[in-house]
Amino acid sequence: MTTNLTQILSKADLEALKTRAHAALDSDALRVVVCGGTGCSSNGSAEVLIALRQAIAAAGLAIKVDLLDESQMDALSVDFSGCSGFCEVGPIVRILPENIFYVQVKAKDAKDIVERTLIAGQAVDRLLYQDKNTGERYIHRDEIPFYVNQVNIALTDCGLIDPADIRHYIAHNGYEALAQTLEGKTPEDVVQVITDAGLRGRGGGGFPTGRKWGITLKVPGEKKYVICNADEGDPGAFMDRSVLEGNPHAVIEGMILAGFAIGADEGYVYVRAEYPLAVQRMRLAIRQAEQSNLLGDNILNSGFGFHIKIKEGAGAFVCGEETALIASIEGQRGMPRPKPPFPAQSGLWGKPTCVNNVETLANVPRIILRGSEWFRQYGTEKSAGTKVFALTGDVVNTGLIEVPMGTTLGDVVFKVGGGIRGGGEFKTVQIGGPSGGCLTKDHLDLPLDYDSLRSVGAMVGSGGLVVMDDETCMVEVARYFMNFTQSESCGKCVICREGTKRMLEILEKITSGQGVPEDLETLEELAETVRDGSLCGLGKTAPNPVLSTLKYFRHEYEAHVWDKKCPAKQCANFKTYWIDPARCKGCRMCAKQCPVEAITGNLKEPHVIDAEKCIKCGACMDVCRLKAVELQ
Amino acid sequence: MSKSITVDGIQVELNGERNLLEVVRKAGIQLPTFCYHSELSVYGACRMCVCEIEGRGLQATCSTPPEDGLVIHTNTKKTMRIRKMALELLLAAHHGKCPTCDKNGACRLQEIAEQLDVKLVRFQNNVDLIPVDSSSPSIVRDPNKCILCGDCVRMCREVQGVGVLDFIRRGSNVRVGTAFNKPMADVECVYCGQCVTCCPTGALTVKSDVNRAWEAVYDTTKTVVVQVAPAVRTAVCESIGCDGEMAMGKLAAALRRMGFDRVYDTSFAADLTTVEEGTEFLKRLETGEKLPQFTSCCPGWVKFAEQFYPGFIENLSSCKSPQQMFGSLAKKHLPEILGVKREDLVIVSIMPCTAKKFEASRPEMVTDGMPDVDMVLTTQEVIQMIRQSGVVMKEIEPEALDMPFGFKTGAGVIFGASGGVAEAVLRLATTSEAGGGVMKFNAVRGMAGTKETSVDINGRTVRLAVVNGLANAKALVERIKSGEAEFDIVEVMACRGGCIGGAGQPLPNDMPARERRRGMMYDCDSMQVVRNAGDNPYIKEAYANWLGEPNGHEAHELLHTQYQNRRRIVGEPIEVRPSTAVDKAVVRVCLGTCCYLNGAYDTMHNLLEIADKKGLGDRIEVKASFCFENCQGGPSVEMDGVLHSKVTPDTVAQFVEQVVEPHLKQKA
Amino acid sequence: MVEMHDPARLAERKFERVNEIIAECGANESSLIPILQHVQEEYRYLPEEVMSFIATALDIPPAAVNGVATFYAQFSMEPKGKYLIRMCDGTACHVRDNRALIDATKHRLNLAPGKTTTPDMRYTLEVVNCIGACALAPAVVINDQVHGQMTGDKIVALINEIDANEADGAEK
Ligand SMILES: Cc1cc2nc3c(=O)[nH]c(=O)nc-3n(C[C@H](O)[C@H](O)[C@H](O)COP(=O)(O)O)c2cc1C
Ligand code: SF4
Ligand code: SF4
Ligand code: SF4
Ligand code: SF4
Ligand code: SF4
Ligand code: SF4
Ligand code: SF4
Ligand code: SF4
Ligand code: FES
Ligand code: FES
Ligand code: FES
Ligand code: FES
Repeated sequence: MTTNLTQILSKADLEALKTRAHAALDSDALRVVVCGGTGCSSNGSAEVLIALRQAIAAAGLAIKVDLLDESQMDALSVDFSGCSGFCEVGPIVRILPENIFYVQVKAKDAKDIVERTLIAGQAVDRLLYQDKNTGERYIHRDEIPFYVNQVNIALTDCGLIDPADIRHYIAHNGYEALAQTLEGKTPEDVVQVITDAGLRGRGGGGFPTGRKWGITLKVPGEKKYVICNADEGDPGAFMDRSVLEGNPHAVIEGMILAGFAIGADEGYVYVRAEYPLAVQRMRLAIRQAEQSNLLGDNILNSGFGFHIKIKEGAGAFVCGEETALIASIEGQRGMPRPKPPFPAQSGLWGKPTCVNNVETLANVPRIILRGSEWFRQYGTEKSAGTKVFALTGDVVNTGLIEVPMGTTLGDVVFKVGGGIRGGGEFKTVQIGGPSGGCLTKDHLDLPLDYDSLRSVGAMVGSGGLVVMDDETCMVEVARYFMNFTQSESCGKCVICREGTKRMLEILEKITSGQGVPEDLETLEELAETVRDGSLCGLGKTAPNPVLSTLKYFRHEYEAHVWDKKCPAKQCANFKTYWIDPARCKGCRMCAKQCPVEAITGNLKEPHVIDAEKCIKCGACMDVCRLKAVELQ
Repeated sequence: MSKSITVDGIQVELNGERNLLEVVRKAGIQLPTFCYHSELSVYGACRMCVCEIEGRGLQATCSTPPEDGLVIHTNTKKTMRIRKMALELLLAAHHGKCPTCDKNGACRLQEIAEQLDVKLVRFQNNVDLIPVDSSSPSIVRDPNKCILCGDCVRMCREVQGVGVLDFIRRGSNVRVGTAFNKPMADVECVYCGQCVTCCPTGALTVKSDVNRAWEAVYDTTKTVVVQVAPAVRTAVCESIGCDGEMAMGKLAAALRRMGFDRVYDTSFAADLTTVEEGTEFLKRLETGEKLPQFTSCCPGWVKFAEQFYPGFIENLSSCKSPQQMFGSLAKKHLPEILGVKREDLVIVSIMPCTAKKFEASRPEMVTDGMPDVDMVLTTQEVIQMIRQSGVVMKEIEPEALDMPFGFKTGAGVIFGASGGVAEAVLRLATTSEAGGGVMKFNAVRGMAGTKETSVDINGRTVRLAVVNGLANAKALVERIKSGEAEFDIVEVMACRGGCIGGAGQPLPNDMPARERRRGMMYDCDSMQVVRNAGDNPYIKEAYANWLGEPNGHEAHELLHTQYQNRRRIVGEPIEVRPSTAVDKAVVRVCLGTCCYLNGAYDTMHNLLEIADKKGLGDRIEVKASFCFENCQGGPSVEMDGVLHSKVTPDTVAQFVEQVVEPHLKQKA
Repeated sequence: MVEMHDPARLAERKFERVNEIIAECGANESSLIPILQHVQEEYRYLPEEVMSFIATALDIPPAAVNGVATFYAQFSMEPKGKYLIRMCDGTACHVRDNRALIDATKHRLNLAPGKTTTPDMRYTLEVVNCIGACALAPAVVINDQVHGQMTGDKIVALINEIDANEADGAEK
């Protein structure tokens, strides 16, 4: 973006800019929006954008150079947007105002899009999304089953506006909540609205945001801080990344409002270093907001000032924990410290500090603008609003979804997610990542909200939702998560440092077939002790995957330990590869592949595997075209 | 209504307790702890001290502030399970054999395992062994016995302001160690040993010289004499329950029984120090030079100053410490008195201190290739030796010390407490020829970390400061540096409370113990007939017979020394500009802290530019180095083995012209 | 001005950068992590002596710098290869069978057990927890470029391509 931004010095200035930007953006002129999120970028959406621009120019159509250029009112605009959530079928191209939704677009498709859609007004069939279950094709985004059951609040405008141009956000009511607030509202008013809305922290804990702000407001102190927690360490979750990439200004506006509410004039965004694009977009957005005087000293001439700095994490899951995060900003090892004192009392450099998650903050401007009642209409009594989940795993549609709190697990997996991919059967969902627990078939009717989930030993967590089919070994799942948490433990407190290590050892023992019955007892005792005795949330929640799998799938553990069997046939040490002599034609393919020469047999005669030699790599099974190699 | 907390059904009134642990202790319950230390910041990592708080669940008591009305339970199924499991997990990762461990009998891990009746460790010890670091003259670090309580880390950084030890890596790979795992001898450790005093296990221990001492005693060709430091007596009396004079007498008897030939008192040398240092101070006061004068009897502080405050090195009193004054005087005159050859005289000090071991090994403290003090034993080591020998202290009859170095004044005794040196000097300075000086200066006494006062000496107001704990010293020096504070004389002791809290003293070495020892020091002082160092008849004799004038020529030879700039960390230089030329000049620019602050980076930058301008870019190899121990002369630059001082960004051109270019010409 | 591309001046330029970085980030403890991040970009790892220098400039104990550098996964005390291949082992990628992918890469790079960098310093393989491209699982990042829905064949092809480019570059 090269445009010089105008200074916005009053609410009227903002209104004026909004009117112009809105007219330019959402006029009847065509808009082509190419997804520029991480997913689509990695699939070549930049080339698609260039190809589209070239094809449009070649067709003699004008492309808007600057959003507010009066002479170009009717020209086409072709921009990048953030993630639309459906990255799996990216790169995604949307044609507005009709909202035609093209998937898996390649540069070579540009010509067709220009000629058939932009000029002739027709859809290009082959680029339309096709439902994998029914085979049906959909033209418009909002008809697609993946989107039908979603409600967007935090993700509003992600995938629609250009995150690199602040005026896009302004056109969509951006910074209006801030302008309204600075015009005569008090911090207490803001706290009240957020409290009434029932917004709860989306970072995992679900602590009522209004209450947190109220507490921090009341702590006396000249200097206070707001921290936006964008560490998103849950492996398998990427909603905060998408919000930062797709609509960074919503987060900035949320932070300024939080600052106003608690009496802070400085904020930090602590973002994972693994998210370079998010960092870059956020930086740009901060710069533009500063240039527009929507961030900095004396915002909108109100006398209130707020500054934001970015701190990049350096690869430590535990730094999502707020006291560790604060230590990390201060330049120290990210080791949590005991609470109390809570950050609200003594946080960054000992000053009162309010830590909020990205998604929490992104909800704030909407709530201020539309009121607490509007927000409460979504979700449940105790868990208002929506929640963004990262739906991944063995499900047909994977991606980012935003659904009202309280939507049932079944609806998420089967309606939004389209059911289990590859024809397998639903077995379990791991919710809340390494701190969460598993849910089973019995929970398909469970509403996904803070309290229902907690009651069954799981948690919303950051919102990772990994669907697994019946080929999943639950002991292995527990081992996987324990491996994660133990390698991410900061090592400060004995119980977590040593306890997670020993739990992992036991799980490894069990999955490798060495488990003995006493191990289950020790494992359970360890899990409960680590849960009760650890210093911080990482340790306290680390045993959840173990405890919940023990609760719902104890028989699988027992099968490993007692019967030396992995019921899901996943644990390598329990497998034996066997060649069915009835099917084997003796082609020798497998014998050539076998790295340890465990397969013998003469050409055109059935082959045999020497179980002693076999290292269970599975190569033979992969190469046999006749499916003669079996796992037992 | 006063505020209170219910602990296991007992109502405990709140009275300024800082945390629940203190409240629980008040209720008569001793919860086990590893990582809590009342003088350090809250850490909350060992989880031994957990309790259940109604409505709040499990919390570590050491890190929870007390609040009115809390109802807590310390002994529940959950709390006990956590404690026992934590211990089981620690033991599973612990490499140690108690019977041969230096901490055996004084180890908290051992004690708590026994207390909690942990009898089963279900996990295999599969932690790799790490080599023991015994490079330091004072401290041995055995990481295999470390339970990562972090006490040493906080002690070194928070109380001593040094920060030698820190955590390394994370998760189950966490270890405590030095920067880049360097040996302790290669980093900025000042050997104060305070980390050792708080280590609950055998991971940090004092380097033992017990075997060397026995060897000397058993060697019939040697005459082994000991000097006993002031603070030692307080710890010895603790163990036998008597006063300080009595303890010295019993100690002398025991040492003779064990085979030591003579027993002297370091307090005698402390009196000498007072006279020398007092004279030096009055001189400086007169000339107004090198003020404030810093005391130099604490080797921990001296090394600290050498490393971190090279600009203040000349402010240090040039006096040797009492231990070393004793050493050089004794090595010079005892051979004649005792009729032995100098090389057959072995001087052993018994010190409350670990840094004294380092001090005795300093090259400045060696005369004709022989150290002035041959070995240093800590109080703990000597108690160990007494136990080894089987001598029963309680029963042994006290004996008098040997003369002439056995006579001391009260001033020499109080050297062991923070404020003691300052008070000894004040007593001397306020006493005229006719006598009648002030013998009590309350303002410099006590356990406070920093004490400031002013005293009238000869009609002049003298401003003095007394600090203990090096972090306090650091803060004070910073204030002096910035001009915020001005003093004429500053006493610094590295250990909290002074030498009575030295790392060689027996455990516990906590605030109550130090407070007790301090009391004994001053009791012992008031029992002395002579309380002003200048009035010590044997000191007067020493001047008359051997030393001449205080601060005179002979006194200077024997009793004074110099200090050196000292690098903080040993490391390789950084390649800045390599050169492949055969006829190159290799220039190393110091970027150590002092030189860096004096503009060494710009010196280097200019050097590179000048080299390029002169077309010598390819022939001058430039490296960045860390401290040539010439910090006062910084920016320091080295070429061809020669060190050049004050090569500033402006004078570096001259350096190239006058030093580098001729060198290059010669090579070509 | 010094020739910045001259390989003989590389060490100099790097060191020059260290000082610039310290100046840009501010010489105080809270800048330590950003400083280490930028310095690692220059050197591709954190040399011990440079860390000592940073400790000097920030006036904090070298042990504290070492403590921070060894705490965070991003920092490396050993030089990394020119191409940093980060393979995701986050949950989403894990359940989409990334094991085979990692094995294929190790095999292609011929990495000795326990080694992560090829002897020619061209590649470093790191297994990381989630790079936020979970919907494209399994995902791989090569020097900041994300590659989604990877397979063993695809990664081998990518590496072959890099090798070919490098060979070209060397010829030129
Ligand atoms: C181990 C651990 C990791 C966490 N990771 C994150 C994270 O990545 N993002 C986040 O927003 N909160 C995370 N949290 C929660 C934060 O500590 C904190 O509660 C949250 O940022 C508060 O914001 P909220 O009230 O808006 O949810 C984590 C907590 C723990 C214990
Ligand atoms: S629970 Fe684990 S992550 Fe948290 S402080 Fe303890 S060791 Fe560190
Ligand atoms: S590849 Fe299949 S058919 Fe061929 S020899 Fe092996 S098992 Fe038999
Ligand atoms: S599984 Fe692997 S090792 Fe075993 S027989 Fe097949 S190819 Fe050989
Ligand atoms: S540290 Fe303690 S428990 Fe360990 S060997 Fe020594 S005495 Fe025994
Ligand atoms: S306490 Fe037990 S293990 Fe230790 S020395 Fe005595 S018998 Fe041996
Ligand atoms: S001896 Fe003193 S300076 Fe050295 S590590 Fe211990 S506390 Fe720090
Ligand atoms: S060395 Fe001692 S004091 Fe330091 S962490 Fe280890 S056990 Fe604790
Ligand atoms: S204060 Fe005393 S015991 Fe401590 S280091 Fe200094 S001289 Fe030694
Ligand atoms: S990145 Fe394009 S839809 Fe997610
Ligand atoms: S003493 Fe309380 S946690 Fe260690
Ligand atoms: S810092 Fe010591 S000589 Fe340069
Ligand atoms: S789990 Fe692999 S990218 Fe997130």
